[in-house]
Amino acid sequence: MQTSHGQKRSLRQRVGACFATVPLLGWLIGMLAAVFLEQYIGDALAEGLGLPKIPVLFGCLIMLKYPLLIPSTLAYLVTIYVIPICLVARVLAAPANALAGALVRLPVVAPTVAHLALLYLVLYWWSDISAYRVLTLKLTMIAIMMTLSLNVINGYMGEFSCSHPGFMALGAYGASVFTLVFFARDKLFGAPWLPPELGPFLFPVGLVFGGLLAAVGALVIAVPSFRTRGDYLAIISLAFMFIVKSVIENLELVGGPRGMGSQPNLASLATVFCWMVMCVWVINNFVRSTMGKALNAVRDDEMAADAMTVNTRKTKIVAFLFAAFWAGVAGGLFAHVLRYVNPGSFSIQKLAEVLAMVYFGGLNSVVGSIVGAVSLNLLGEALRPLELFKWIIIPLLLILVMIFRPTGLIAFREFDVAKLIRPKTKKSSEV
Amino acid sequence: MVFFFQNIINALQWGSFYALIALGYSMVYSILMLFNFAHGDIFMVGAYIGFGVATGLTALSSMGMIILPNWLILVLTLLITMFLTSFVGMLVERIGYRPLRDAPRASAAITGLMIGIILETGNLAILGAKRVSFPPLITSHTYNFGGVFITNKKMIIVFVSLALMLALHQFVQRSKWGMAMRAMAFDYVAVPLMGVPINTIAAMTFGIGSALAAAAGILFGIAYPVLDPYMGVLFGWKAFVAAILGGRGSIMGATLAGFLLGFIEIFVAMIFPSTLRDLIAYSIVLLILVFRPHGFFGEAYSAKLRL
Repeated sequence: MQTSHGQKRSLRQRVGACFATVPLLGWLIGMLAAVFLEQYIGDALAEGLGLPKIPVLFGCLIMLKYPLLIPSTLAYLVTIYVIPICLVARVLAAPANALAGALVRLPVVAPTVAHLALLYLVLYWWSDISAYRVLTLKLTMIAIMMTLSLNVINGYMGEFSCSHPGFMALGAYGASVFTLVFFARDKLFGAPWLPPELGPFLFPVGLVFGGLLAAVGALVIAVPSFRTRGDYLAIISLAFMFIVKSVIENLELVGGPRGMGSQPNLASLATVFCWMVMCVWVINNFVRSTMGKALNAVRDDEMAADAMTVNTRKTKIVAFLFAAFWAGVAGGLFAHVLRYVNPGSFSIQKLAEVLAMVYFGGLNSVVGSIVGAVSLNLLGEALRPLELFKWIIIPLLLILVMIFRPTGLIAFREFDVAKLIRPKTKKSSEV
Repeated sequence: MVFFFQNIINALQWGSFYALIALGYSMVYSILMLFNFAHGDIFMVGAYIGFGVATGLTALSSMGMIILPNWLILVLTLLITMFLTSFVGMLVERIGYRPLRDAPRASAAITGLMIGIILETGNLAILGAKRVSFPPLITSHTYNFGGVFITNKKMIIVFVSLALMLALHQFVQRSKWGMAMRAMAFDYVAVPLMGVPINTIAAMTFGIGSALAAAAGILFGIAYPVLDPYMGVLFGWKAFVAAILGGRGSIMGATLAGFLLGFIEIFVAMIFPSTLRDLIAYSIVLLILVFRPHGFFGEAYSAKLRL
């Protein structure tokens, strides 16, 4: 009995030790190999295993819809993903470590960009299989931006803001009006003012315009936050959200309750990816700056922070405007990904979604936000075949997380890029 | 002028729904410093339980098993539904709030929201997306007071809600349990040390709040007999706004603010196009909170408040 227990543990340890030396770069290369493999033999393998088509979302949809296909779907997943990733990552561990070691000696930007480029390649080839994957990826990235920006207010500053759908709506409509006026022929605004070929180049301007619009809207909440906080601020932000929705519904200029459609197709995967990376980078730097520490100080004790020469008013206003800006940018991207917006999509349900992602992932943590947004978004897509019961399973999961980890899965942790990308030799893995 | 009085009657009816629901938010808040975000959906569940009880009693009555006049069915429906729904409220407290009493407050807000979604979806899964209509228990009479038309339904709704609020007030002010609740609201830490059972009090508060929401659900079903699973969402959030507007934890404030919100909404719809109703109503709420950041009856803001 003792020995079998020992053997099991040693097996697990051996597997762990086997992959302990694989750096992030190695895993990325492994994933690249996997998506290449899927690109070339995916169709044939799916046909051979009797699957209707390549399992789009890691087979979750197929497995839930046709339980009889579970074994072949699992076989597909193992052949396409598990074996190539593990094999390539393990075999190429030494060269990947050498490469990572060489990259680490450069300024930190260079290895980061290299890793991100690899990640983008992986995502690009993975999503090349179907339009559904592209859409899911884009929406997931937008959810990451939303969650992160809400985490700045709710996590780092400790307010309970309910206004994020409102900021998102402002950004979405601002950016949509910008692109529709300048680059598209539209029934609301008529002929384009500028040649549509300029669209991709000036699209960032439109997004920034939307973000700034949202930031101006955030002043409505930031100013009352000087005098009140907690529940009253929650209500003020909730009222703000309802007001934004109601204003848009009553503005016939932007389509009223019918919404606004036919935005030019500017939000490609690359664009969304770049904005997402920029958002993560800027917010990560922001929360680690003096200003970020000031946010934490205001959250923990406003009076003490004030006594310690933290300018609480400036801190609050900057945090609100900053978070609203990124929510606005996310909204602009959202509008251009779906190419249709209506006020109904920025309501209580959106609020519940974003709040759930923030608190599921973890307060006060950039990694937590990313994990929360990705997992809840993918879970929502994967459980789609369950229809109604999806809305029982996901809330139950959240309740359990809240009961056992009240601040979320990965709360209060700093996101350190340098630690993530360093090579993993025997020595550093033992530390 | 007649038109004005007519709208006052409508606003009283509309406001009594908000006030009854807001009371539940406010009571829970005064004890636990938490908002029960599933409360709007408890209102919905109450309306559906009321629908079930009323339909069952009417069916029994028409089959001749028990002969009950309609008014008695209404009274019985009200009592049975309030009793049953209070258990839903206690269940919500047990599952979503008791384990999180020492956690950050926002976490409890999330569990509340999620329980609300589960209640909505559960209802959809059990009864389907078809809307159900509340059985007509009262034959409508219209009385004419000098040009102002008042239906007996509106009178019943306003009187029942006022009676319930009065009963709650008496309970909180006069009874031993009410005193325990007030003590708990006064000091959350020391009072349990004096032998007041905090779990019982918290469960009871949830139960009473839910019973009031159930009453609001039945009254709503009498006035607007079509029920759907998402009816509680908007009502819940608006009543939450009313509860805050009244000053958190203030029962008096919640009642007044509930009626005020009803008046604002009805009169805005009377003067302006009705699409502007939410816009203007919430702008007024925003303005009130900007100039009176702690509501009508709430204690003043200090940075020391528990967050």
